[in-house]
Amino acid sequence: MAEHGRWRSRDIISILDFERKELEELFERTDRFVKGYESGTPLKDKIVSTAFFEPSTRTRLSFTVAAIRLGAHVIDLNTEMSSVAKGESLADTVGMLGRYSDLIVLRHPSEGAALFAARLSSKPVINAGDGSQHHPTQAMLDLYTVSRSVGTIDGLEYAVIGDLKYGRAASSFVYGLSKFRPRRVYLVSPPQLAPRQEVRETIAELGLPVSYNTKLDNVVKEVDVLYVTRIQKERFVDQDEYVKVKGSYSVTRETLSEAKKGCIVLHPLPRVDELSYDIDTLEQAVYKKQAEWGVPLRMALLEVIMGDTV
Amino acid sequence: MSSSEMLVQRIQSGTVIDHIPVQLGLVVLRLLGEPQKIGARVALVINATSTKMGKKDILKIEGVELRAPETQKLALVAPQATVNIIRDYKVAEKITVVPPERVSGVLVCPSSTCISTRRGEPIQGEFILKSRKPLVYTCVYCGSRISQSHIVAQLGGSQV
Repeated sequence: MAEHGRWRSRDIISILDFERKELEELFERTDRFVKGYESGTPLKDKIVSTAFFEPSTRTRLSFTVAAIRLGAHVIDLNTEMSSVAKGESLADTVGMLGRYSDLIVLRHPSEGAALFAARLSSKPVINAGDGSQHHPTQAMLDLYTVSRSVGTIDGLEYAVIGDLKYGRAASSFVYGLSKFRPRRVYLVSPPQLAPRQEVRETIAELGLPVSYNTKLDNVVKEVDVLYVTRIQKERFVDQDEYVKVKGSYSVTRETLSEAKKGCIVLHPLPRVDELSYDIDTLEQAVYKKQAEWGVPLRMALLEVIMGDTV
Repeated sequence: MSSSEMLVQRIQSGTVIDHIPVQLGLVVLRLLGEPQKIGARVALVINATSTKMGKKDILKIEGVELRAPETQKLALVAPQATVNIIRDYKVAEKITVVPPERVSGVLVCPSSTCISTRRGEPIQGEFILKSRKPLVYTCVYCGSRISQSHIVAQLGGSQV
């Protein structure tokens, strides 16, 4: 494919690094894998390494499954059983992974870790989350889910509710929306969880039509897409501060009774108490599909980065 | 000759840094690495009268012509300053102080969770210029902003 050159061996650090056209191209490739995983084995003889310095279920496993489905082998750096536990630096760890594998999927608690790793490694690095900053493949997946559930990303009204201070999935989704033409984006959070200054400034620079709100009730009637996130307990320096905001918002069947017909609900998962189980069976709850599509989307991504012929 | 210049002797050759905001003269002196260590004579005029700024600081360094990267460092704390290169008692050259587009290894990111502040990693702070007025730099790793007052506090070793 003509555009393949831009993807080959590319580092995936931030959703802001991508153009709309590239994302749409990725979505079309994802469609192929949604229809069926049979792809031959385009990554036969390739090795993907996963290095997760923070817990993960969906991101880690969907990358692993995606690689296996494409015929690649996967090695996982167990941070508790490797030299990381002895105090080995990220630089040395990444250097080793780059020598042992063809691509590194990295999650790390420090912002900028993926960029640092990409600068050190001769092999492509995919950022699977760096601190509270970026989670580009989650944003790709979220945008894909909106696109394929509603039929478009443009012209819709969005509410992003939750921990907008520490939540990298939320800010990455909002950054991703800037590549399209949303009609309005409502950012809803308790005051203590409002976006950090640098995130607010980036959003302003992107020219997104945003409104900052503290209550979902005020905007739920307006939106076509409701993006819910959990409070990032692990990033609170002071756990007393976490206790103050714990349980401060939740989306239930009753909340959705106020919403527009056809309003869909996304959540990057895992959930804690902010998303009620009683909406799981509603047609508009697309978050399980969202998680499921993590495999085909990451298959498409790995294939365009590592495949010899695409 | 202005009243402020009357306080100290004119220099035959070297550098005069003019239009330093008041209180930053000492910071600039520290930032430039204490020229007295290399044997240069240095005069610092504090609270000199300025038609443009009201009051200002002036730094004179004898026998040393200031160039980049020192002038770039100067731009980080006093982007309003002007640098005059003196030869034979006359201004031979005026250097405009320009904040560098990229700064590596000089500033430290204010975020404790940024990878660039993580101990044991072979990494140094790296910033890109976000705005000249007001002066703001952004960490390339975590996006944290650092303003002129923070830069002064970091490089000058004093709070402003």
